[in-house]
Amino acid sequence: MTLTIDEGEFFGLLGPNGAGKTTLINLIAGLARADAGKLSVMGADVIADYRRARRMLGVVPQELVFDPFFTVRETLRIQSGYFGLRRNDAWIDEVMHHLDLTAKADANMRALSGGMKRRVLVAQALVHKPRVIVLDEPTAGVDVELRQGLWQFVRRLNREGQTVVLTTHYLEEAELYCNRIAMLKNGRVAALDSTRNLLETFSGLEVRLRLDRDRLPEPFPARILAHEGPLVTLRLSSARELEAVLARLRESGISIVELELQPPDLEDVFLRLTGRQS
Amino acid sequence: MISFWTLFHKEVLRFWKVSIQTVAAPVLTALLYLLVFAHALEGRVRVYENVPYTLFLVPGLVMMSVLQNAFANSSSSLIQSKITGNIVFILLPPISHLQFFGAYVAASVVRGLVVGAGVAAAAAVFVPLRLEAPLWTLTFALLGAALLGALGLVAGILSEKIDQLAAFQNFVIMPLSFLSGVFYSVHSLPPVWQALSHANPFFYLIDGFRYGFFGASDVAPAISLGVLGVSLLLISVGALQMLASGYKLRH
Repeated sequence: MTLTIDEGEFFGLLGPNGAGKTTLINLIAGLARADAGKLSVMGADVIADYRRARRMLGVVPQELVFDPFFTVRETLRIQSGYFGLRRNDAWIDEVMHHLDLTAKADANMRALSGGMKRRVLVAQALVHKPRVIVLDEPTAGVDVELRQGLWQFVRRLNREGQTVVLTTHYLEEAELYCNRIAMLKNGRVAALDSTRNLLETFSGLEVRLRLDRDRLPEPFPARILAHEGPLVTLRLSSARELEAVLARLRESGISIVELELQPPDLEDVFLRLTGRQS
Repeated sequence: MISFWTLFHKEVLRFWKVSIQTVAAPVLTALLYLLVFAHALEGRVRVYENVPYTLFLVPGLVMMSVLQNAFANSSSSLIQSKITGNIVFILLPPISHLQFFGAYVAASVVRGLVVGAGVAAAAAVFVPLRLEAPLWTLTFALLGAALLGALGLVAGILSEKIDQLAAFQNFVIMPLSFLSGVFYSVHSLPPVWQALSHANPFFYLIDGFRYGFFGASDVAPAISLGVLGVSLLLISVGALQMLASGYKLRH
């Protein structure tokens, strides 16, 4: 695969389990070695120039890992030291504040709940102010409160110019935050486009109608997903098709009792590209 | 350099925070050996003139503790990190292979020396310890701990499970250290076993270390130092190559 993520993007990597999202992240982070091909972070090759590449990269791993020997603050100080930073406490305090960790600063890692440990993992990835932040399923098994706080903070960093790469199963998160998305399937890029284009190209509108009678005129100018009595669910490729549907109903003398429009969502795109429909 | 110091500091803190288990326990074990063997063998075994058996035993026990604990430190730290997955914290940052190697080995040396000093201090309560050639003692303790620290690093890299590491410890490190002449002089052995003992690198570590105490040894300390130096070099090159290639650490 060839994939370029531009500086300052909020980029989503989506795909079913086993699609290769985490493998790709591990290759970028140097946790795994590629058999062939080249990867670089901000121009630094991840093998030949690994120290520069890693300095610019902050990775939040998917597994909930921690070092049971240390407190939160010790963990963050040690992580800063690994990146060559001494006296990093001002930034550590700021990161802890934004992730709501300040109250737990001196608690041992072992004593933290899963959600809290996840926050520390995020903080560890940010101690060295990386230019590129990679979040591998950062909100898996995490409470709503943290999700919101986390996204607020990550969005702020993104606005300040840091590139964010996100893998997630929560499509609404990708839809909400990412400006560009790559859909992976079996280690390949199945689709790569701006979030808006993907939604428009692949999804379309879903329309639910309640009519004043059970029968529909034939032929009908839209794809019928479900039809039960007076209830009809239609799939339209765009809002324009709605015009034709309304016209056809009018000329058949059928009137609409209720109408509900479902906006496009990534779930559909995702399923179409990766799931049974493909 | 900050990366190296941080990793070193973290590795020292790791064992220091559980020092009951990592320092006090091995000191007690060594003292039990001293108690039992001294009681059983004092007066029956005499290796060097004017050196009572209990006194002869102490340097060997000290060195054995140094070596075993240096090995235990790097190997158990690494295998624990691999199993719990928190090894990513040191794989993600820009730590070079040399820094990685140096920090783990240096922390192992510290643990080995701390335990060794503990054993020596406790033994000094019972026997009058005296150093004939302290520089030799220190050199062998330092380099021996470094060798076992590096070996522990290699074992930690190679092992994927605790029991693989335990097998390495029980079937390689323990026999080699027990059969290295800690409890006896190899001169008292039949020729075949003597020859075999000379093929055991641990023998040279114990023998050279003991030279520093008594000014007497089974082989010349310079030869022992040579064996130790070559072993350390070989293991270090191997360990560094594994780290550079990411063998069993970066898949």
